[in-house]
Amino acid sequence: MEKAETGFSPELSAFIAEWKDKPGNLIMLLHRIQEEYGYIPRDAAERLARSIELPLAKIYGVITFYHFFKTKKPGKNTISICLGTACYLKGSQALIDEARDILGIEGDEVTDDGLFSIDPVRCLGCCGLAPVLMVGNQVHAKVTKDQLVDIIAKYKSA
Amino acid sequence: MVKAKINGKLVEVAEGTTVLEAAEKIHVRIPKLCHNDDLEPWAACGLCIVKNGRNPKMLRACCTPLEEGMDIITTDAELVQTRKTVIELILSTHPDDCLACPRNQECELQRLAAEFGVREQPFPKRLRFLPIDNSTGAIVLNPEKCIRCGRCVKVCQDMQNVWAVEFLGRGESTRIAPAGDVLLGEGPCIRCGQCAAHCPVGAIYENDQTTEVWEALMKTGEGEKTCVVQIAPAVRVALGEAFGLKPGTNITRKIYAALRRLGFDAVFDTNFAADLTIMEEGTEFVKRFTAAMKDAQAGKAPAAAVLSGGAAGAATLTGAAAGAALEGPLPLITTCCPAWVDYLEKYWPDMIPNFSTSKSPQQMMGAMVKTYWAAMAKIDAAKIFSVAIMPCTAKKYENSRDETMYSSGHKDVDVTLTTRELARMIKQAGVDILELPDEEADSPMGHYTGAGVIFGATGGVMEAALRTAYTLVTGEELKNVEFTSVRSISGIKEARIDIKGTEIRVAVAHQMGNIETVLRRVKKAKDEGVEVPWHFIEVMACRGGCIGGGGQPYGCTDEVRKLRIRGIYDDDDKSTYRASHLNPYIKKVYAEFLEEPGSHKAHKLLHTHYTPKPIYMK
Repeated sequence: MEKAETGFSPELSAFIAEWKDKPGNLIMLLHRIQEEYGYIPRDAAERLARSIELPLAKIYGVITFYHFFKTKKPGKNTISICLGTACYLKGSQALIDEARDILGIEGDEVTDDGLFSIDPVRCLGCCGLAPVLMVGNQVHAKVTKDQLVDIIAKYKSA
Repeated sequence: MVKAKINGKLVEVAEGTTVLEAAEKIHVRIPKLCHNDDLEPWAACGLCIVKNGRNPKMLRACCTPLEEGMDIITTDAELVQTRKTVIELILSTHPDDCLACPRNQECELQRLAAEFGVREQPFPKRLRFLPIDNSTGAIVLNPEKCIRCGRCVKVCQDMQNVWAVEFLGRGESTRIAPAGDVLLGEGPCIRCGQCAAHCPVGAIYENDQTTEVWEALMKTGEGEKTCVVQIAPAVRVALGEAFGLKPGTNITRKIYAALRRLGFDAVFDTNFAADLTIMEEGTEFVKRFTAAMKDAQAGKAPAAAVLSGGAAGAATLTGAAAGAALEGPLPLITTCCPAWVDYLEKYWPDMIPNFSTSKSPQQMMGAMVKTYWAAMAKIDAAKIFSVAIMPCTAKKYENSRDETMYSSGHKDVDVTLTTRELARMIKQAGVDILELPDEEADSPMGHYTGAGVIFGATGGVMEAALRTAYTLVTGEELKNVEFTSVRSISGIKEARIDIKGTEIRVAVAHQMGNIETVLRRVKKAKDEGVEVPWHFIEVMACRGGCIGGGGQPYGCTDEVRKLRIRGIYDDDDKSTYRASHLNPYIKKVYAEFLEEPGSHKAHKLLHTHYTPKPIYMK
């Protein structure tokens, strides 16, 4: 279990205080925590459980149900490769396999230098650009296997 | 009222009655798997499907309210085939090692597969290779056998409010596990075993320790060990169920006989130790109560402040502080239930000063066996192997909870077996228990009063304590010993007891999920500095008390609980002595050995202390 080094930032604490008693707040709060840390660290989940008086088990039930939420710290650059219908038909699974090959990682692993992880996602919402992938907020359209080395190299040196 | 037809038969039921309930009322059986009488239905398995008239849509009977004019069909060829497919699908992710499964012949899935005549497995096997979790030492979780019916999750969250397990993941990777996939023993699990008692298959079960006991019994024959056994109050009214008897049938004397046939050298009764617990805990209560009253009268402090207890924070009442023996704030809270002790240490550590320091009967008996009895029988305590038969899985954890469980200089209770494990040992031995002659337990720790036996039912510890507290306060004997207001199966019971003009307010809670309400009221009063609502609180983690324990025979419903409780109070009713302090053998052990309740010796052997614990260790 990975631990976050710091406590909640004042902004995050204020956000939790604001949403504390609103019904259906859990998903919202988890989104906000993941935004802060890039994933949901164990002690952040525990602190959240205490502040909104919800059993930790309930929180983990939700975190593990939704693909979006991560319990493991991702790489500095998350390569989100779309597996939506259009991208899949245009061979995005091969992109995932190739990217994993280049980086030498499997599943939700992170490269040894902490720079990269790969996240297969469902539909990024721009099917016209299929197959599509995103690195951070940067969209790469109509990607082919042989472009991957260059794309990765760009972020490595950045 | 709603009028409808089920299989052509007219039924009239109250609004909101489900199709399943309505059908069962007229003795129409609908197959079901995830459903359990203790729990709200949640339609997980899909076995209880029925049809309404000619509508081809299949409805789940457990979750569908019967509506006016419905024409329910509970069985036809298509329904039978669909149900069989459901079973085959479940079996496709379930291992086939039934012969070596802890639930062999007691498995609800196995029974259904047999009923539906499953002969082939048409779907490819997709087993999940997940490790077995035996981190608690009390209950074992084998996720490979889990059919994800969700009963354990419901029990743990809704009935017990413990939240040790949850559904993690989704789809095929869904698993029952503690938050963050930590081990059971690293999370909030209090080892009450209600998950095990409700699991329909062999996915959660008691940690079977019968082999350890057989090994010790083997050494008895060789003179290397002396095996001593005690049986808890609730065992006697439930064990018979494993041999075809009606729930609540009391077979105490046949159990003594069977234990001797298994090879035990001495057979004692935990009820004796329950009487001992009352002597200590009753005295503890009277001391705390009279001190609070005296302080209030002397104007030393307002009654409210005294009653709510000065001890702030999570200070640990250590057994070593013999001078302060038996003193502490009110309300006094009972601690015979180890699952409850674990819950309190994790969730309400600032209430620790209110906990009775008296050990549970299991542990008192353990300590007495390896000190008092060992000396009397002239046996080296190191050679004694002490076994406790309990209705409870948490007792397996209790016997090594902390260093006070080794007060004799050895492990006071070596192994705790549940009622289910004892039933298995008796069957293994080929002992026809029902045909055995009645026998008596060994003296002196086999003699008990009615107060001792009622420990097995919710309200029983309170009632037993009040019977003795009355005498301790007034010096007189009660004419009517029955405090019926603390009996019954309702979750929280309150009573005001008049002891010659002094009012004692008590509360009794059982089924872990009901406890929070009681504790919140106490905490509120403490925080506000007003008088606490009760002076004495009894808590048992399982519904109905120990008779509904996590180690009892399967199939426990409220109907079964009531019968077992009946059996317990019948035993009390026909007892010669009905208050612990009247037990001549209790008087004897104090005279010969323990001196008096709360004495230095009693403190060393019969009292314990509590420590705040984190809810998650990882």
